[in-house]
Amino acid sequence: MSSNPSDPLADQVFQMTGQSVAKCYQCGKCSAGCPLSSEMDLPPNQILRLIQYGDPGLDAKAVECYSIWLCLSCHTCSARCPQGIDLPPVMDVLRQRSARTGRVHRQARKIVAFHRSFLKSIRSHGRLFEVGTIASYKFRTGKFFQDLFLAPRILLKGKLGLLPHSVCDRKQVRRVFESTDE
Amino acid sequence: MSRIGVFVCHCGENIGATVDCASVAERSASLPGVVHSIDYKYMCSDPGQNLIREAIREKRLDGVVVAACSPRMHEPTFRRTCSEAGLNGFLCEMANIREHCSWVHDKGEVTTRKAADLVCMTVEKVKRNRPLSAIRVPVTKTALVLGGGIAGIQASLDIANSGHKVILVEKDPSIGGHMSQLSETFPTLDCSQCILTPRMVEVAQHPNITLFSYSELESLDGFIGNFRARIRKKARKVNEKICNGCGLCSQKCPSKKIPSEFNAALGNRTAIYVPFPQAVPNKPVIDTQNCRYFTTGKCGICKKLCPTGAIDFEQADEIVEVDVGAVVCATGFGVVQADFFPEYGYGKYKDVITGLQFERLASASGPTLGEIRRPSDGTVPQTVVFIACAGSRDSAKGIPYCSKICCMYTAKHAMLYKHKQHSGKAYVFYMDIRAGGKNYDEFVRRAIEEDHAHYVRGRVSRIFDRHGKLVVKGVDTLLGSRPLEIEADMVVLATAAVANPGAEELAQKLHISYDSYSFFSEAHPKLRPVETNTAGIFLAGACQAPKDIPESVAQASGAAAKVAALFSKAELAREPVVASVHRCAPPDYSRCTGCFLCETVCPYRAIEQETLKTRDGKTVRVVARVNPGLCQGCGTCVALCRVKAIDLDGFTNEQLYAEVRALA
Amino acid sequence: MVVQIGYFPGCSLQGSSREFEQSLKALAEKLGVSLEEIPDWNCCGASAAHNLNNELGLALPARILIQAERAGLEEILVPCAACFSRLASTVHELNKHASVRRHLADVLGAEYGGKTRPINILEFLGRFFPEGQGPEVIQPLACKVACYYGCLLVRPTEIVGRDRPEDPQEMDRLMSRVGAEPIDWAFKVDCCGAGLTIPRPDLVARLSGAILEDATSRGAQIIVLACPMCHTNLDMRRADIERFTGKRYTIPAIYVTQAIAYALGVPAGELGLKRHLVPINLEKLRAGDAGPASAPATSQ
Repeated sequence: MSSNPSDPLADQVFQMTGQSVAKCYQCGKCSAGCPLSSEMDLPPNQILRLIQYGDPGLDAKAVECYSIWLCLSCHTCSARCPQGIDLPPVMDVLRQRSARTGRVHRQARKIVAFHRSFLKSIRSHGRLFEVGTIASYKFRTGKFFQDLFLAPRILLKGKLGLLPHSVCDRKQVRRVFESTDE
Repeated sequence: MSRIGVFVCHCGENIGATVDCASVAERSASLPGVVHSIDYKYMCSDPGQNLIREAIREKRLDGVVVAACSPRMHEPTFRRTCSEAGLNGFLCEMANIREHCSWVHDKGEVTTRKAADLVCMTVEKVKRNRPLSAIRVPVTKTALVLGGGIAGIQASLDIANSGHKVILVEKDPSIGGHMSQLSETFPTLDCSQCILTPRMVEVAQHPNITLFSYSELESLDGFIGNFRARIRKKARKVNEKICNGCGLCSQKCPSKKIPSEFNAALGNRTAIYVPFPQAVPNKPVIDTQNCRYFTTGKCGICKKLCPTGAIDFEQADEIVEVDVGAVVCATGFGVVQADFFPEYGYGKYKDVITGLQFERLASASGPTLGEIRRPSDGTVPQTVVFIACAGSRDSAKGIPYCSKICCMYTAKHAMLYKHKQHSGKAYVFYMDIRAGGKNYDEFVRRAIEEDHAHYVRGRVSRIFDRHGKLVVKGVDTLLGSRPLEIEADMVVLATAAVANPGAEELAQKLHISYDSYSFFSEAHPKLRPVETNTAGIFLAGACQAPKDIPESVAQASGAAAKVAALFSKAELAREPVVASVHRCAPPDYSRCTGCFLCETVCPYRAIEQETLKTRDGKTVRVVARVNPGLCQGCGTCVALCRVKAIDLDGFTNEQLYAEVRALA
Repeated sequence: MVVQIGYFPGCSLQGSSREFEQSLKALAEKLGVSLEEIPDWNCCGASAAHNLNNELGLALPARILIQAERAGLEEILVPCAACFSRLASTVHELNKHASVRRHLADVLGAEYGGKTRPINILEFLGRFFPEGQGPEVIQPLACKVACYYGCLLVRPTEIVGRDRPEDPQEMDRLMSRVGAEPIDWAFKVDCCGAGLTIPRPDLVARLSGAILEDATSRGAQIIVLACPMCHTNLDMRRADIERFTGKRYTIPAIYVTQAIAYALGVPAGELGLKRHLVPINLEKLRAGDAGPASAPATSQ
């Protein structure tokens, strides 16, 4: 199910999502509708353009960009693409390659850190322990003061559990993580 | 004893590279009944044909097998060659060793053997061929033209001017089609109605053209040269002969708020109406769905006021039967509406309009008398966004093709808007610019360079409203694909050209093919663009595929030329490959049992019932009979007949069994 | 007669969005539906799993599906739109590719049998609270609401397959039914910022702010939604939105289950409304006693 990181991205995208990137005729409708494209270093259609070449240098640009981590998987692009391209799974392939090979855009490290903290919580408990996750995130990123004012308000409203809920079969969950190399 | 000649063609490399033609000729020489067997590079060439003619004369051949390409290519050629040498053309058969052999297999002994087998089968068949003569049928020299748009008008005029009669059928109350709805045409910016209406009048006044307006084709039977059409003249509720076109009825009609089809629903019309001032014929029609008299039983003002008493509420549809020799199908195209686009509001925003609606705004005879105004509040828009490829080139929406005309008319729209509103801003969102015709690219450059239409390369993701403006969220892919948001007063969508509703049913009535988008299929995309696969039925204009006016006119004239060629003969020779029902001497008279399964399945309705009578007039029984004039030789009846009472000349049961046995 | 249906709460509904579960259970009782929680369910993996690891992104939801099948549950109500999207996408993948199904069977020790299917909250409400049937509306909502669907209740269309992806009407119809006046507005399906709420709250403030602006400028008094992520961004992050936009927004955001349960007679105190950060008083709104939903900021 996983493939060689030196394979051209276009091939890996085809293998994992069944889609050919040649279908994209660069109309830009995805970038026009993407809620965060103005924040991105590379708008979505340009990321596809880079992959279309099958060139390792251009593939690297696609993997190392900030955009893929800003992508919300909101599916606005795929809902409107005239060629019916489902872009979010393609972004997944890029993100997975980026994370696995450790080539993450400098500005995106916070976002990856959050995902990793999230998964750490699931690995331990099988469910999300929100307080634990946020604490882990703060340690990873050094953002100790973020949302400091929000926390007491939420706690008082009874929205945050101070203790984790866990699944019973934590061993199985851990095995799942191990066998998927996470 | 048979004397068959076999001629194996190399067809250059087409057959020769895969099949060992010399070997096939050699093997065929030893088949029983074959007295002459050769191979040659190009049998269809002059020297090739000479080889056949010489062999027929020298070897006294009584049957010829040409092993070559598909009979669809050259069967008529070789039949002619044989008859020129004195051998009936129907004693010549072709064995297809190209499409059925060399083009689908690899080179090798197996392939050569297959080719030899095919020849062997055909030799056995030819031994049982009978000489046949062409069936001659008369040609009715009247053409039926369906559709009164520019293509239909052009075809009618050309056919009429070559001396033949034309019946022109148009489903709307007036001829003119979409061209009459346009404001100005590219690339010259000629006023569309100004160049069209003289032709429309010419059609109305031409002695050879009979115009059935507000009429539709009910059914079409028959075959090339001998069609019988039934036309439904829908009831206008107005006696055309008495009406003098004064217009008093529509002036006084109290139902004034019906969306006008001619104005693409941007304006209203009355229940009794003439679609536009230059309509041909200039006679009104009553829309009975919206007329107060017909829906509630009250009113009748038009009838009371009509000075000539031409209103006839009791008028009924009338079916007219006509005999025609050829049909030209010129039924045109439609456009998708704004509610086709979920991301552009599902038709919610009044100021998001289609290209056709913009034409009506820009047109001097339109709802705003030629001023570009917003449909919502009638103000003049200061910023107009034109979106090209709205619906076309969009597989996700089911229209993957390019509609061909939109790049040009979008440039035209931007120009027209700028001409009328010098201070206004025109943005065009495009993907590519397709301007391939004569003076077309220069036209688009003029829009950009002289009229300052701002072209942005990118598609629009969505449109929504905010504080009375339309927010257009697009992108400029030439500027790094940054999102581009424009607040527009009006948006014009260059909507896709699609087949007209009812195209599929019409195609089925005519027995012509159509594609998955319901555009009618031409016989060959390159070499036979105005013919269909149904003999005698021709195509002209956008019903075949989206195209602009010069192409429609050219195609119409092409179709007219084909019709004129057809009508230039006194008689048509039909292929004698037709079915016939067994007849023999009394007391049996015929093997046919009278079950009439054949009659039920015949697609051409060529089977009739015949009463067999004895000498003194007593009825024996009713059996089937094939009308050789209608039969197309498809063989369905032969396959179904349970007692083998019906057979097909040229493909008899005996011949086919012989072919199969030859393989064993 | 009480109908049973499987139930996957997901981490949010028993965590920071527990008022969604509270109101859902109250509503289910009114509708005569018993929610059977999947035994020993795990987190669906949310965005983190499929962003970092394809197999994990399928394995975690697959485990949930297998647990549901083991418990004999044919349908699972998944109120959280994001969890629903993960589960439904996984079902789609597993049904399409037998090789994936078998591979995951090795990882999980059991194979998904295709016998259970997730349904989202809109499908659930459409089925158990259909037009013309069900309990009477006792306290009609009587105010203007902006129905906010967000991304994953309507997209991707192959997975969700319902309604109109650009201008959905299911929630609007439900709100009309309980006496509210759903407004027509332009940001029904625009993303609120989703999982970036922790790492990039400034972007969430921009996206969610645009949603609030459009809804309030068209006169909406409440935003009704059906996803805990959207609620977090539109409610919990309100202070960030106000700081970013420089405007005050007092419009409350409530769950569709809270709205309907209230209309069917569940007392406001039992709907978890007090857990919201943006205060809401349904009685006052019904009486037409609401102030302006937004105003330019003077101070915090």
